[in-house]
Amino acid sequence: VKPAPFEYHDPRTLDEALTVLGARGDDAKVLAGGQSLLPMLNLRLARPAAIVDLNRVAGLDGLAVSGGVLHLGALVRQRALERWAATECPLIAAVLRFIGHAAIRNRGTVAGSVSHADPAAELPALFVGLDGAAVVRSHARTREIAAHELYRGPLMTALEADEIVVETRWSLPAPGTGWGVHEVSRRHGDFALVGAIALVTRAGDAVDRARIAIFGAGPTPLRASGAEKALAGARATRDTIVEAARLAAADLEPDSDIHASARYRRMAARTLVERALADAVALAGGGL
Amino acid sequence: MRAGAEAEAPLLHPEWGTNVAVAFTHAIGDVEEAFRQADTVLGETFHIQRYVGMPIEPRGVVAVWDRRDGSLTTWNSTQVSHFVQQGLTVALDLPPHKIRVIAPDLGGGFGTKASGYAEDALVPIAALALRRPVKWIEDRREHMMGAAHARHQVHQIELAAKRDGTILAVRDRIWLDLGAYNVWGVVLPYNTVAHLIGPHRIRNMHVDVKAVVTNKTPNAPYRGAGRPETVFAMDRAVDCLARQLGIDPAEIRRRNYIRADELPYDFGMPYRDGNPLVYDSGDFPAALEAALAAAGYDDFRCEQPSLRERGIYRGIGISGYVEGTAIGPFEGATVKVDLSGRVIVATGAVSSGQGHETSFAQVAADALGVPLEWVTVVGGDTATVPFGVGTFASRSAVTAGNSIADATGAVKAKLVRAAATLLEAAPEDILIEEGQVSVRGVPASAVPLAKVVQASIPTYAKPGVASPDFEATSYHHVPTVTYASAVHVAEVEVDVGTGHVRLRRYVVAHDCGKVINPIIVEGQVHGGVAQGVGGALYEEMAYDDEGQLLAGTLMDYLVPTSMELPRIDTVHLEFPSPRNPLGVKGLGEGGAISPPAAIANAVEDALAPFGVRVTATPLGPSRVLELIADAREERVTPRSRGERA
Repeated sequence: VKPAPFEYHDPRTLDEALTVLGARGDDAKVLAGGQSLLPMLNLRLARPAAIVDLNRVAGLDGLAVSGGVLHLGALVRQRALERWAATECPLIAAVLRFIGHAAIRNRGTVAGSVSHADPAAELPALFVGLDGAAVVRSHARTREIAAHELYRGPLMTALEADEIVVETRWSLPAPGTGWGVHEVSRRHGDFALVGAIALVTRAGDAVDRARIAIFGAGPTPLRASGAEKALAGARATRDTIVEAARLAAADLEPDSDIHASARYRRMAARTLVERALADAVALAGGGL
Repeated sequence: MRAGAEAEAPLLHPEWGTNVAVAFTHAIGDVEEAFRQADTVLGETFHIQRYVGMPIEPRGVVAVWDRRDGSLTTWNSTQVSHFVQQGLTVALDLPPHKIRVIAPDLGGGFGTKASGYAEDALVPIAALALRRPVKWIEDRREHMMGAAHARHQVHQIELAAKRDGTILAVRDRIWLDLGAYNVWGVVLPYNTVAHLIGPHRIRNMHVDVKAVVTNKTPNAPYRGAGRPETVFAMDRAVDCLARQLGIDPAEIRRRNYIRADELPYDFGMPYRDGNPLVYDSGDFPAALEAALAAAGYDDFRCEQPSLRERGIYRGIGISGYVEGTAIGPFEGATVKVDLSGRVIVATGAVSSGQGHETSFAQVAADALGVPLEWVTVVGGDTATVPFGVGTFASRSAVTAGNSIADATGAVKAKLVRAAATLLEAAPEDILIEEGQVSVRGVPASAVPLAKVVQASIPTYAKPGVASPDFEATSYHHVPTVTYASAVHVAEVEVDVGTGHVRLRRYVVAHDCGKVINPIIVEGQVHGGVAQGVGGALYEEMAYDDEGQLLAGTLMDYLVPTSMELPRIDTVHLEFPSPRNPLGVKGLGEGGAISPPAAIANAVEDALAPFGVRVTATPLGPSRVLELIADAREERVTPRSRGERA
């Protein structure tokens, strides 16, 4: 436990935090749950000159739903969302349960994971899958970034150095939406080697709309738009699902690392998309 | 690693003129003739990756120089405090009595802490130079880069067999990766060779061994020390042979395991200690049957085909080993009874979590006749016992245990003589039970043990009944190693869509001689199995082609947790060793030896319809799914090859 020396700021208001961040810019990192940042500091993979700790900033832990949109303050812990979602949105609860262990989710924040942009993380993929948006503030302005515009590469986002994500917004699935989430990790609680989230609404025997988000299989979380298009209006059959999964995997350009080859990630993504879609179609009613 | 052994390879130590640090061939019987007589030959190449002990507590050294008496005390998380003391006498030019090395209760050793390290000397040298206490603690990254690595072998193995599965001969070309230096001489290469045949009745063997230096952290013996690798090669080859001949893997072992009535079984070659390699006791076929029964092997085989029809790919795998344990030559132990009648046991054997404090207290309490809680065990403090060796090579129960029993016996004999004088009875009539000393048949004569010690102290009125130092030291010499053995059975389920292997069940039927404490024995087996599961499915100390370590954190180097481990059933078979008075055998390493072979055999069995052959570990999902995909591409449609009824 030995980070490089850094200045530590623990502002009490968002304005104070934004002032420090505005002054230090690229030299500063924002600390929320610390579940990714602190290991990186300890391994000295990150050596920011200043840390801006948001944990004492009041008013950032709100969780509210209005007009079918879930609004989460920057400090809402993953575990708090998981508890809420257990009754209100089982998809979100199922996704969260794949994140590390309960102790990690107790501390880790939703906005922290969304903005950390680990391509193998579950929440950025869910954010993309649910067409979320991040409300972002700097000293000068407030703006909203759509999930599909947020991710630029591994651990890289459209956020400027002086900006903080103050809220994330999630369009909750409409009633009757079927969902599925599957991932493979080496051990319980590890980052996914690859994973897939699917949402399906049906119109009778046909798929009305399908959304597929894949993580761990490219530099950012991805929507399988080709497969989604192929599914829209198609009959909800096993063959349709298998073909959609094939399409989704064919578009992937994953990397190899010590845990899995690129070839593996493509093959496993196909399996997982297929399983997530099958679950989603089944939950959407009507069966296969 | 194999490329490094070639003549044209760039040299790591140019002055050697080769990267091959150890090379030898060894043969027993007539291999050429056996291969000529064989009905079938099985040849395959197996790869065992580099994986390591990874104690939860990293290494650490504290040193204090006392300038008043010119002595050094150092606390060192080592498994071998007396070896560290010997090293320091040279490094510091001090006599042994000026150097006290204390190995406190370690947070895991596994062999990683049995090596000598630069910090063992550098921290004391710094304390001397600075004339103040110096402390150094390794962090996890330093540990992963700098502390000893282990494993990493390649076996190009051939079995010659008859049609009925009788194995006539084994030929094996073996490469070991030593890392940058050969720290341990022939220990790893020779262990590998001496354990290749294991429980099989194979009278002809030819091995060609090359231990190669590479640009990696030096390797050292880690729990099993060459045995998991060699057992992987042999047991994988036996399974492949069984499949080739259409014989069930359990049946081929029945036909080849050495029977109990063939023991003692002489290999006709020396063990690493120079003594003849002769199995002393055990019953390998009984262990096989016990393990198969506990695993429900026959039921599994009945159920397997219908599960496959439902797309559930389950497999079962067997691995057996015979392990030379408790290499000598001795361990030191001092036992004393103090003024309160309580017992102190001091030994050179360091405890690193395996419960010496309990097991050794049992040995002393039983030998003396006092309650267990009266005994305090001190391990690894050079000030408490003059000569010692340390804890490694599954040796402490045998070497320290028997020294403790010997020393306790000597102390008891003296206590009996003193009590005889005190109680005015013949020594042969003195009983010591539950800490009370009495004359046989006269319960009213009972006095506490403390009274005997107290009565031995001279008073103004009279001399004591004996000299009051009830203390003895023993260095029990073992004739050679004693052979522990086991059969492991693993049951797995493979997700053929993702390559994920789930370990459903694990059974160990083992013989460690006389069991001192069944709970500790089970704990040792479980811990060993967990590390073996790590080698089978998760752990790899990966390097890239440039020699850069790729697994430098515990996010990259995956140690299994309780979440990854199945229920482990242990069957104890007790075949006392005739080679020591307690009849015990070594246990520490055994659990870690067979899991890679048993699990790999189970995975190949699960995937038999695809015709997959498993030749390397760890069996992470990527490797497994690629095996399936390669097999599918080769044959387009899966068919049942080697599937058993």
